[in-house]
Amino acid sequence: MTAAVELKGITKKFGDVTAVDNVDLTIEDGEFFSLLGPSGCGKTTTLRMIAGLEFPTEGSLSIFGEEVGTLAPNKRSVNTVFQNYALFPHLTVLDNVGFGLKMQGVAKKETKERAMEMIELVQLAGLETRKPSQMSGGQQQRVALARALVNQPKVLLLDEPLGALDLKLRQEMQLELKKLQRDVGISFVFVTHDQEEALTMSDRIAVMHEGKLLQVASPEEIYESPANRFVADFIGRTNLLDGTTSDNETVVLSNGTSIRAQNTFPQGTKVSISIRPERTKITQRSESSDPLSSIQGTVETITYLGNARVYGVKFTWLSIEVREENRPGLEVFNVGDDVTVHWEHDAISVVED
Amino acid sequence: MRKRESTEHVVEVATPEFEKTAQKKEARRGLLMALPSYLYLILFFVIPLGIVLIYSFATRNRFGGTDLSGWNLESYERIAEPIVRTILFRSLWLAILTTVICLVIAYPFAYYLSTRKPAIRNVMLVFVMIPFWTNFLVRNYAWRVILGNDGPFTKVTEFFGLGTHELLFSQKAVVLGLVYGYLPFMILPLYAAIERIDGQLLEASRDLYGNGWQSFKNVLLPLSMPGVIAGSILVFVPSLGAYVTPEILGGAKTTLLGSYIVTQFLTARNWPFGAALSFVLMAVMLLMTIIYFRKGGRTL
Repeated sequence: MTAAVELKGITKKFGDVTAVDNVDLTIEDGEFFSLLGPSGCGKTTTLRMIAGLEFPTEGSLSIFGEEVGTLAPNKRSVNTVFQNYALFPHLTVLDNVGFGLKMQGVAKKETKERAMEMIELVQLAGLETRKPSQMSGGQQQRVALARALVNQPKVLLLDEPLGALDLKLRQEMQLELKKLQRDVGISFVFVTHDQEEALTMSDRIAVMHEGKLLQVASPEEIYESPANRFVADFIGRTNLLDGTTSDNETVVLSNGTSIRAQNTFPQGTKVSISIRPERTKITQRSESSDPLSSIQGTVETITYLGNARVYGVKFTWLSIEVREENRPGLEVFNVGDDVTVHWEHDAISVVED
Repeated sequence: MRKRESTEHVVEVATPEFEKTAQKKEARRGLLMALPSYLYLILFFVIPLGIVLIYSFATRNRFGGTDLSGWNLESYERIAEPIVRTILFRSLWLAILTTVICLVIAYPFAYYLSTRKPAIRNVMLVFVMIPFWTNFLVRNYAWRVILGNDGPFTKVTEFFGLGTHELLFSQKAVVLGLVYGYLPFMILPLYAAIERIDGQLLEASRDLYGNGWQSFKNVLLPLSMPGVIAGSILVFVPSLGAYVTPEILGGAKTTLLGSYIVTQFLTARNWPFGAALSFVLMAVMLLMTIIYFRKGGRTL
C-alpha cells in the first residue's frame, strides 16, 4: 500500500534558521495523524510543505507515491483548513465553499450542488448566503472545513483549526472532526500544540521539537513510553526525577536514593525517570513501604480541581506532584502532613535526557 | 504630603436623565471641535460655490461684465455646441486614459511594495513621494525640456533609429505629464488597501486550485477594490480639471476643459459661461464618481 504522504530527509531553512531538520515521516492513508509540538517546532512548516505553500530546501516529499516537493499548491490534491480559517470575506458561504470547484472549472450547476451538499454535511444549511463576518467562530470553522472537503482531497491538512474556539466548542469540534474523518475516510494531518487535543483525536502522533521529529507513535505509546525527556514532559503532566542508571533494574537519583526502574540503557547513563501524577498513591507516612518504589515527604501545596486533588509533596531535594481522583471516602491530607508517595514499579518510565 | 480635601466628593446615582445630559454635553463638545472646519468649508467652499452657481445663470453684458439680472439658461445651452462638446469629451477621454494607465502601472508596484519588508517599504514610499518636494510647475517644465525639440527623448528615439518623435504639444504629452504627476495618488491608496489584505487568503486561493491569475481576479482584486476606487478618483478628478499640465505640455491644439474655463473667465470675459462650464465639470466628476463607487460597491 502506498503511503498517503511520505517525507524523506525533508529539511526547510529560512535563511540561517533551520525550521525543519531532516524529517522522515510516513502518513498512512485514512489515518488521523497529528503533528504536535510547542510553537516554533516546525510542525506548521511541515504542514505547509505538504500543502505546497512552502517548498523544502532538501529532501523528497510525495503524496500517494507522486513526488510533489516543488509542485505549486494549486496542482496538489490536498486541501488546507487554515489557522484563522482564511475565509474569503467578500464571498458568501456558498461561494466560499464552491471556490475550489470554480477554480477547477467545474460547471456552475454542479459546483452549486456539491457546495450545498457539503454545507448541509457541516450543518450550516440555511446560512449559505451569509458572509463569513456574520458568523460565529464555530460556524466559520465549519465553512473552512466544507470549503476544503468539497474538493474531495486525498489528504486534508488542518493547521491548528480549533485554536480560536473556546474550550467547550473545541471539545465538541474535536469529536466531530474525528467522526468526519472516519466518514470521509481520507487521512487528516492535524497540527496542534495542544497535547490533550492530539491525544483525544489522533490515530498516531508525531512529536516535534526544534525542527526535529522526536517520536512517532500511537497516543498510548507516546503517553506510556515517551522516547525522551522532552516528550515525557510535553505530553501530559509528569514528575521528572534526574538520575543515573546503575543497572537495568535500578536508577540512582541525584541525591543517592535508588529507585526500581526498568531500563535498557548502559550503566551510568544520565536519565530522567518520569512518574505521572495520577499513577502515584499518597498515604500517611509509613516506614514499611518499599523504599525502591516510594518516597517520603511533606504536603506542601494542595490544589482542588473538583474532580481531583493535586498535592505538591516536598522532599528534601525536590517536589513532586501527586494527583488523586476525587472519590468518596478518600483520605484527604492537609498542608504539613507527613506522607509517603508510592507507585507500582511499572508506572514509571525511564527516558534519556 | 498634602492633606486630602475634607469635603467628600459626592457621586450622583445613575439615572436616565443624568445619562441624557451627559450625552448632550458630549455632542456639544464634538460640534465645538469640528467648528473651525465647518467655518472654513462654508467660507471658502460653500459660499464661493454659491456665487459661481448664481453667475452661471446670469448674462454677459457688452462690456465683458456680468449683469446679475435676467436669469437664463443660455450658458448651459451653449455646452451643446460642437466645440464645447469636443473639448468636454477630449478632457473626459484623457482623464480616463490617465486613470487607467496609472492603475495599470501602480497596481503591480503597490503589490510588490506591500510584500516587501517594512524597512524597505518605508524607503520605497519615500521615493514615491520625493517628486512632491519639487514644485509642480517646475516638474512640468522639466518634461517640456525632456520632450521638446532636440530634447533627450528625441535623441533617444533617433539613436535607436525610430525617427524623430516630437511628443511635446500633443495629447500623448499631456497624458504622460498627468500620469507622471498623479501616479503617487494611485500608488498610495492601492498600497494601503493591498497591505491590509491577509496574505493567508491568497494562500487559501492557491490551495483551492486557483492559479496566479484566478487568485488575482477572484481574491486580490475584489479585496483591494476600496484602494482601486480611492486611487482612481484621486487621479481622475484632478486629471479632468487639469490646467497646468495641458497648458504647458499640450499646446494650443489640445485645449482641455480646465484651460477652456480659464479662457472664459480671463480672455473671453464670459463669466456666466465659465461658471456654467465649471458646474458641468463638477457634475461630470460627481456622476463618474458615483458610477464608479456603485460599480466597485457591487464587487465588494
